[in-house]
Amino acid sequence: MNGTSKTSRAILLDGLWHDNPVFRQILGICSTLAVTNQVLNTTVMCVSLTLVTAASCLTVSLLRHWTPRNIRMMVQTLIIASYVIVVDILLKAYWPEMSRNLGPYVGLIITNCIIMGRCEAFAGSNRPLPSLLDGLACGLGYSLVLLVIAVPRELMGMGTILGYPVPYFVDIWDPWVIMVMPPGAFFTLACVIWLARGLQARKEST
Amino acid sequence: MSLSQELQTALVVCFSAVFTQNILLTLFLGMCPFTSVSREVRTALGLGGAVVFVMTCTVVLNWMAYHWLLVKLDLEFFRFVLFIVIIAAFVQFVEMVIDRYSPRLYQNLGIFLPLITVNCAILGASLFMVIRDYTLLVSLGWGFGAGVGWLLAILAMAGIRQRLDESRVPVGLRGPGITLIIAGLMALAFIGFSGVLG
Repeated sequence: MNGTSKTSRAILLDGLWHDNPVFRQILGICSTLAVTNQVLNTTVMCVSLTLVTAASCLTVSLLRHWTPRNIRMMVQTLIIASYVIVVDILLKAYWPEMSRNLGPYVGLIITNCIIMGRCEAFAGSNRPLPSLLDGLACGLGYSLVLLVIAVPRELMGMGTILGYPVPYFVDIWDPWVIMVMPPGAFFTLACVIWLARGLQARKEST
Repeated sequence: MSLSQELQTALVVCFSAVFTQNILLTLFLGMCPFTSVSREVRTALGLGGAVVFVMTCTVVLNWMAYHWLLVKLDLEFFRFVLFIVIIAAFVQFVEMVIDRYSPRLYQNLGIFLPLITVNCAILGASLFMVIRDYTLLVSLGWGFGAGVGWLLAILAMAGIRQRLDESRVPVGLRGPGITLIIAGLMALAFIGFSGVLG
């Protein structure tokens, strides 16, 4: 149907750009900024986060008629926590090395304000399928930002992408170690936000 | 490990949690309130104080729950849920106690308490405590030090941002952008501490 496909598209676009949680509200950067020093870590984190967001949104939406309003925050937190446990155990079992790299940050997906916000703002009052889509879109939009931060950080900090040295680039580039250290994350995110807001301002003025 | 040795470790961990391993500037925990609440020194102080208190207590409580309950029952994977529930329950409890016995303190601190339940730094501190395998005493030092480190960072940021009101910042950088750049500069400064403990 044309009507539903259009709304689905709108949901996806909102999550990816118009309502992008990081550009618009600077939410949920806490638990994930720390893993942006390497593209591989970031990718794994992004996949986990997107899966957890989509699954929790779906579950919250499915249970929305049976959840008493006054304890809904607790219920949502428990749903999110259960999915995080699943992801954590899967990582530990099949990719222990990555699990060690990410450390406690997988567990910290629970307190990521974006998931909570989407469950509260969208999934709690919408049907399951749009909720799943919304969760997916928000997770992807968030992942996009994280990758935009991670790629320059790894490239400038070590001259590699996904651990592989970039041809020619490594020969002329002196690695900026600061980029893979914590301050680099702050500076890169600030620049990304500057760019995004600058573009937005220009679009609005014309 | 003897008691005096443990005490020494606890002190070292506490000191490094404040300076070299600052929970906000090197571990990126508790960023959300950091960018939104750090506008005024008074509010920053209130929130920071609440974080120090809640973090110290919940890390110790979670240590007990983890080592005396979950490890015994072989249910370590359950820690995420348990920690969240303990933190939420503790914050609720403190809120009720303060409300009952000290209305003045409640007015200063009360509004910040609900915010703290969702503060990733609180849960993060407990998760790091598990991963790094701290003993009870060391956990106490870690929880307190991490809280103080967070307080220090948000207080410094609030002070800087109050001055910033009078300066001209490029449009796109206003608000969160400039806050993050300042945070980056502060993180740089805190890296300088890393030589202190050798």
